[in-house]
Amino acid sequence: MIRNAIIIDPEDNIATVLRDIAAGGDVVAGCGDEVVTFPALQDIPFGHKVAVRAVAEGETILKYGAVIGAASTGIERGAHAHVHNVVSLRGRGDLNPEQEANQ
Amino acid sequence: MSFKGYRRANGGVGTRNFVGLLATVACANEVAQGIANQVKGTVAFTHQQGCCQTPPDLQRVTRTLSGLGCNPNLASVILISLGCEGTDVEEVARAIAETGKRVEILPIQENGGLAKTLAKGSLLAQQMVMEASSLEREVCDDSELVIGLKCGSSDTTSGLAPNPALGLAVERVVAAGGTAVMGEVTEFIGAEHILAGQAKDEATGQRILDLVERMENRAKAAGVDMRGGQPTPGNIKGGLTTIEEKSLGAIAKAGKAIVQDVYEYGERPTVKGLVVMDSPGREPELLTGMAAAGCTVIVFTTGRGAPQGFPFVPVIKVTGNQHTWENMVDHMDMSVHEVIEGTESMPAAGDRIYDTVLSVASGKVTKAEVSGYVKAMDIYVTGPVI
Repeated sequence: MIRNAIIIDPEDNIATVLRDIAAGGDVVAGCGDEVVTFPALQDIPFGHKVAVRAVAEGETILKYGAVIGAASTGIERGAHAHVHNVVSLRGRGDLNPEQEANQ
Repeated sequence: MSFKGYRRANGGVGTRNFVGLLATVACANEVAQGIANQVKGTVAFTHQQGCCQTPPDLQRVTRTLSGLGCNPNLASVILISLGCEGTDVEEVARAIAETGKRVEILPIQENGGLAKTLAKGSLLAQQMVMEASSLEREVCDDSELVIGLKCGSSDTTSGLAPNPALGLAVERVVAAGGTAVMGEVTEFIGAEHILAGQAKDEATGQRILDLVERMENRAKAAGVDMRGGQPTPGNIKGGLTTIEEKSLGAIAKAGKAIVQDVYEYGERPTVKGLVVMDSPGREPELLTGMAAAGCTVIVFTTGRGAPQGFPFVPVIKVTGNQHTWENMVDHMDMSVHEVIEGTESMPAAGDRIYDTVLSVASGKVTKAEVSGYVKAMDIYVTGPVI
């Protein structure tokens, strides 16, 4: 199958989709020579992220093998991972210093 | 490798040969632009600063205008002054004159207003363009390149193709003995550990971390989640979720080059190789800072299609988004989207960027230059207007 998503680092728990994928369609995500296939639970627009495994609330989201934020709610495999379920951990003037230190 | 540039009296090499009309304060913009509209071969730099600001901001305005005037892309400079501004106009003139180029001050109040200053300035500018036009391009080694790095209106393609490809081109610039200036400190947040790890020593790495902390504290001082500001609404539409994600894609522009030094906004690097300059991510301020630091070509990667260039420094637009390449081709100079499709290698894309830098440095015009999409510029301020 033709790859339509990329997992940049083997540690990553999200993939970036390289073309629009409709809900129910297959995500075919490549990471080097490895390919994983699973259904998209929602429409995933070009350039957006899809969870490649289930992510628990509070768990960090990894891309490029690095932390890009944390899950604000549980995210199922195949779900769209974006601003509705992923929060930033940096530049958060809305959190008090103690809260931020704990994150 | 080499390019054909304009060698200046102080040894700097320009890629363009304009007479610069620098407004020293927002109130002088009308005259600077008016002369530029009249006299071919001139270029105006206008902005909104230079008066009723705190001293640190006024000092930054003075330093930035000095840097712009010293940029080798300007053969000579007219400082268009109102006559009552906070900018230290004499200091700007002194700094520019040190490079050996001609610099004139044209105060609007002393000359009796718009029409009289326009007339006097236009005649002066004509004479200066005639002088500048006698300089010819000569073959210069690519170690003379000073390139600025920028990504804007990013989406997730930026971190997949154009930024890593630009990183490879930067490695070539640095290997050739040239200089690359990286700014956008906001877009180090979340990736600063990687960039600090590329610093030449621990002290330089710590200065990168300090810059990021200062920028993050400015954002946090607003008391809100900065998302919507960074990443921008356009970034989010393009699939970027957090500043951390944006940053990890953005710092790929540095490639694996070693960070040699860290500078304040608009400061001219005194070393070659890759350097970091304090600046926000926003284009009007970032591009101005790059030009003030002496960049003579800027490479600007974009996902969704940012059209902005700079008045006297060519800005090469590189996208990795095929839709943007097709839809915004009037503003895009090249595309590396085939890297994402798997039909072009990353090293080949990096080489194409490098070749484009050399041809633009030698005179090939960019889309931003030919369309004149270069005017919305400003100087970075951190304090209040008072």
